[in-house]
Amino acid sequence: MSGFLALEDGTVFCGQSVGAAGVALGEAVFTTAMTGYQEVVTDPSFAEQIVCFTAPMVGNYGVARWRSESVCTHARAVVMREARGPDWTDWLRDSGLVALSGIDTRSLVLHLRQAGAMRAAAVSGEASLDAVLDQVRAQPSMAGRSLAAEVSTREPYVFSDAGAAHIAVVDYGCKLSILNRLAWKGAAVTVYPHDADADELAGYDGVLLSNGPGDPEPLGDQVKRIEALLGRTSVLGICLGHQLLALATGHRTFKLPFGHRGANHPVVERATGRVLVTSQNHGFAVAPSDVREATYVSLYDGTVEGLDFPSLGARSVQFHPEAGPGPHDAWRILDDFVQEVGLAKAA
Amino acid sequence: MPRRRDLESICLIGSGPIVIGQACEFDYSGCQALKVLREDGFRTIVVNSNPATIMTDPGFADRTYIEPLDFEGVADVLRRERPDALLPTMGGQTALNLAVELAESGTLADLGVELIGAPIDVIRRAEDRERFRETVQLAGLRVPESTIVTSPSELPDSLTFPVILRPAFTLGGHGGGTARSPEELQRLLDRALRESPVSQVLVEESLLGWDEFELEVMRDRNDNAVIVCSIENLDPMGVHTGDSVTVAPQMTLSDEGYQELRDAALVVVRAVGVETGGANIQFARERGTGELRVIEMNPRVSRSSALASKATGYPIAKVAAKLAVGYTLDEIPNDLTGSTPASFEPTLDYVVVKFPRFAFEKFPGADPTLGTQMKSVGEAMGIGRTFAEAFMKAMRSRELDEGAPTPWPTLGSLPDGVHPWFRAEIGRVTDALGRIENVHDLVAADWLGLKRLGISDAQVAERCGVNPEVVRGQRRGWGVRPVYRRVDSCAGEVEAASNYFYSTWGEAEEAPPRGDKPRVVILGSGPNRIGQGIEFDYCCVHAAQSFRALGYEAVMVNCNPETVSTDYDTSDRLYFEPLGVEEVLAICERELPDGVVIQFGGQTPLKLARALEDAGFRILGTPFEAVDLAEDRERFGAFCEEIRVAVPPWAMAQGPEQATYAADAIGYPVLIRPSYVLGGRNMQVCYEAEAVAKAAASGERVLVDRFLEGAIEIDVDALCDGKETYVAAVMQHIEEAGVHSGDSSCVLPAPSLDRAATEAIEATVTRLAPALGVVGLVNVQLALAEGELYVLEANPRASRTVPFASKAIGVNLVAAACRLAAGTLLAELNLPRGGQTQEQFCVKAAVLPFARFPGADPVLGPEMRSTGEVMASAADLPTALAKAERAAGRPLPSEGTAFLSVRDADKPAAIEIARSLSRLGFRLVATAGTAHTLAAAGIGVEHVRKVTEEGEGATVVDLVRRGHCDLVVNTPFGGSGARSDGYLIREAALTARVPCITTIAGARAAVRAIAEAQGDLAVSLQERISAQPA
Repeated sequence: MSGFLALEDGTVFCGQSVGAAGVALGEAVFTTAMTGYQEVVTDPSFAEQIVCFTAPMVGNYGVARWRSESVCTHARAVVMREARGPDWTDWLRDSGLVALSGIDTRSLVLHLRQAGAMRAAAVSGEASLDAVLDQVRAQPSMAGRSLAAEVSTREPYVFSDAGAAHIAVVDYGCKLSILNRLAWKGAAVTVYPHDADADELAGYDGVLLSNGPGDPEPLGDQVKRIEALLGRTSVLGICLGHQLLALATGHRTFKLPFGHRGANHPVVERATGRVLVTSQNHGFAVAPSDVREATYVSLYDGTVEGLDFPSLGARSVQFHPEAGPGPHDAWRILDDFVQEVGLAKAA
Repeated sequence: MPRRRDLESICLIGSGPIVIGQACEFDYSGCQALKVLREDGFRTIVVNSNPATIMTDPGFADRTYIEPLDFEGVADVLRRERPDALLPTMGGQTALNLAVELAESGTLADLGVELIGAPIDVIRRAEDRERFRETVQLAGLRVPESTIVTSPSELPDSLTFPVILRPAFTLGGHGGGTARSPEELQRLLDRALRESPVSQVLVEESLLGWDEFELEVMRDRNDNAVIVCSIENLDPMGVHTGDSVTVAPQMTLSDEGYQELRDAALVVVRAVGVETGGANIQFARERGTGELRVIEMNPRVSRSSALASKATGYPIAKVAAKLAVGYTLDEIPNDLTGSTPASFEPTLDYVVVKFPRFAFEKFPGADPTLGTQMKSVGEAMGIGRTFAEAFMKAMRSRELDEGAPTPWPTLGSLPDGVHPWFRAEIGRVTDALGRIENVHDLVAADWLGLKRLGISDAQVAERCGVNPEVVRGQRRGWGVRPVYRRVDSCAGEVEAASNYFYSTWGEAEEAPPRGDKPRVVILGSGPNRIGQGIEFDYCCVHAAQSFRALGYEAVMVNCNPETVSTDYDTSDRLYFEPLGVEEVLAICERELPDGVVIQFGGQTPLKLARALEDAGFRILGTPFEAVDLAEDRERFGAFCEEIRVAVPPWAMAQGPEQATYAADAIGYPVLIRPSYVLGGRNMQVCYEAEAVAKAAASGERVLVDRFLEGAIEIDVDALCDGKETYVAAVMQHIEEAGVHSGDSSCVLPAPSLDRAATEAIEATVTRLAPALGVVGLVNVQLALAEGELYVLEANPRASRTVPFASKAIGVNLVAAACRLAAGTLLAELNLPRGGQTQEQFCVKAAVLPFARFPGADPVLGPEMRSTGEVMASAADLPTALAKAERAAGRPLPSEGTAFLSVRDADKPAAIEIARSLSRLGFRLVATAGTAHTLAAAGIGVEHVRKVTEEGEGATVVDLVRRGHCDLVVNTPFGGSGARSDGYLIREAALTARVPCITTIAGARAAVRAIAEAQGDLAVSLQERISAQPA
């Protein structure tokens, strides 16, 4: 069956439908990671997005339940140059994802790079382009969208109960890789909803503000809770968690033209001059400020990749130290956090 | 950290002649390194014995030494130049081994030369197998179970077969193998111990059938490390990676699988301690369990890193050179984007496949089974948006000779153990091909489907039994044409103005050519093979440089990832594409060039000339008509008669009967060959009717030529503008006619020619070239027999000797040829007269890969078999000859025992040779016949038994094997019997690394060199050229 991708500016890319039937609306973005397609699709940060893979062939090694970054898929649709099945495509269909193969992904990427990420629809089968475009343009733009509540856990739960340090993770759309890494490094991990109470969180040895989808700016309530938490326990922010921490400390965030999504992004650690190759997935970023220098900076575009507030016991990174998918260069950020929190507790 | 300020001059060691396992990739890396070092203001010195390299061009370094790459040769240069540092990581294993030798002997310390790129302890940890294993195990990773032995007695009692043997410090796994039984192990171990310069062999757990991966890592002194590329082998473990079909990026690993490899690679690099450069790490991985073994690492730029550079657009050698002088990865810009640093990991939105190119047809008797010892002579790479597309492109880029035995011969015959994912992908292609019935039934969607699977017009044509032109017409009729995509290292994420393109189908066009400069398309020479190697790439690179200098836009088309021509820096635009009619026409239609340049890429572009002309594209320089005339033996014979140039008596014949009749008329011996060949494929010298009948048995048309025995063979490179001719170099072959010119040593100026002979040769060439219609380069081969001059062949294109001749006479012949092709007249070039009167003797010697092909007779003959060449120069001929032999890795002995065994016809000549050797103090040993002749002539000689001869005591083969022989002179009888005594002697000499000379002329030259060679100081090319009379 044929299918197509329609962008809000009217650009259309034709291909074949290899997933579920229907029309999927979302923001069209691309990721340059060459492996980890299942992880990407199940990463809650991709909520409300249509993900285009630049990797030439996707689905080569099938799927495995334990590779998922959450209990379900979050991307709205998947766009590929060449999908390989049947495991992957069957799984996409069974998960209800519209998936297109045979798309001129490179042209799509070059277009998005130039015009910026935009609203789009992935359509399986026939549909009136005008009607689809009307739907696309009727969508809210990603800027200003608050999505964390939709993907966050409703109730707190214990992820791992044994450990020297007890870490609370605020789930704005948390990836399993974060929880796994914390637990693997010996932390007891409890996961809280996005609107967890600061007082409750403050009782933990450390709090991790997770990644998540959408624009950080409308999350005023969550930011307030973080403000109330700061200084009372150690805090580590990742991705959306980093942006929220930045907002809580008086920084501003802005929407990147087409975001950073991939597994090869170099950032420099300014304290050491060391370069980390990182996994990234963000459409928004923290605006540079005169008040506080970034701890990590993107070597691609100079954007802020990390912040540190020693007096508040808080720090954050824009990239994904938990990888999943991507290189493990930054694992030590999570490892160090667990260790420090554990030491602080012991002291 | 910026560049080190404490270094001013850096010496770079090249890799020497092209051999199996070390090809043009090290010219590519050396060139890149020299380029960036010079840009950074370093004074650069390069040592390399290979004249066909771009890196040894006078403009590439401040001082260029074309000297033997042995300890003395390099030490000599270091003593003269006193560089601050030595960079050994660009010249393959050769350079690394030399660096170890220079460091361990204390030479570097004495001269105050610092080893940069890879310090000595890093080289040792990576290259010494035992240390490497310890290092890796200490770092927590696993290596194959193994034991290191230095003699057969050290073998452990309990070994599970099969086991793999890997000798330490050898090229391309040379001397290694897989033993399936204790007997086989014993035999292979003997050889492996001999091959290893440190007599150390690793006997290890066989991982046959495991998947094999390679990672290319860069690390700087700040401990920043990136993986440039992952490469997956389609042939599983057990096949040398150089002989494997490989794909990048890896296709079958999940993210966690891949990250495990990535982590392991970084652990290895850090443990070994590579901190200012690149490294390549090989892994074996069990497909089911994911179990991992670290196989080996190269702490240097390698063949795989050249492939990775071409595959990703990340210039590994350039970056490695910058790291070696102190930069860190984040300080080095990514060339392709300009805006991002080299401290990132390239991400690919396409697939790259490499195919090895083999030449088993050249070595009858050799075992074509692939193993741990590399046997391929070249490689081709294909880029596509899918695996199938890239795979099919690379596969057809091999340009196989019809019927030549090769692994991966067809889509239907895949080796065992190939991952099911690849099988399925290849299966899609075979299925699609199988579904085609009639070319006229195909509609646009079908065409697009076929093309997106990488199927060529020619394959569709073959399937449908029609002409490829019909297929092309049909396809284009449906509007299905290729588009071109950029290689940008970042999958489009960052804006890149890269000039590096590949084709695909059914997508949007990217960055079509613009600009109003005139434009030329230069066709490269494809994968290296015997007869067509780096020399032609050298010419193509110069062509690009020359046309750019003339104000043209130079567009390069080639598919060989090892080369300088496929460095995107070389041309204004690079198309990494197969050199087929379909692909080249499509590129020309996109580029609309003012001319297409076909005279520099060897035979490959010539095959496309007709189609290009038919499609209305202009061939620049010599028209195709001249090529055709020169290659068609019948037309050429008639033509020579017309212009009164003598050729040896000849005839065309079909079948044994006609051939013997023709041979009788011409007179024996005769040379039999098919017309239209390069590299002398299937050429045979026949001494009697029976042999002629056998040679012509196939029934194809053959050319029967009088074979001029004892003639002096001359090679001439000349320039012609259509009217005037410039005879640039008259070179004399040391071996007589009958040994392929590519395998023969050759001398400039020609020592045996008097003034009259030289003038006669010049006059002949001057008559021939304009009559042929040459505009550019022409190579003429002549023979001088009994005072008569004959033209053997003329090739109106760049020849194999062009780089050697250019360097010997100090004239860039390719640049001159390009200007002629662009319309300049010869008179306007102001070329130096008297290119023939230089003060120096220059010798070119061939390097032969016999040691790689046990079973094939290591004897020189009309079929070319050398893979590479070296050059040496000196004030006198014997010194130059001795140096050339040293450079070729066969240093002549100055004393010891010489063994002689020659055929009857050579016996008179052997007397002189033996007498000279005896006078030089050599002990002489000979087999019965030769010993008898020598004794009769009053020369003291000991008789030694042939293998097939009854009797007591050691045979000649024992003598050679035990190292009791320092020089072997053995001329074969007529043909070369596969299991004859001669063969056994030659093979023994080869294995024992004893110089083995198989022609009388060669022996004569060697004796002269032994007797008269002088101690000689290294002189740089720059000094030699400036010393020449203008």
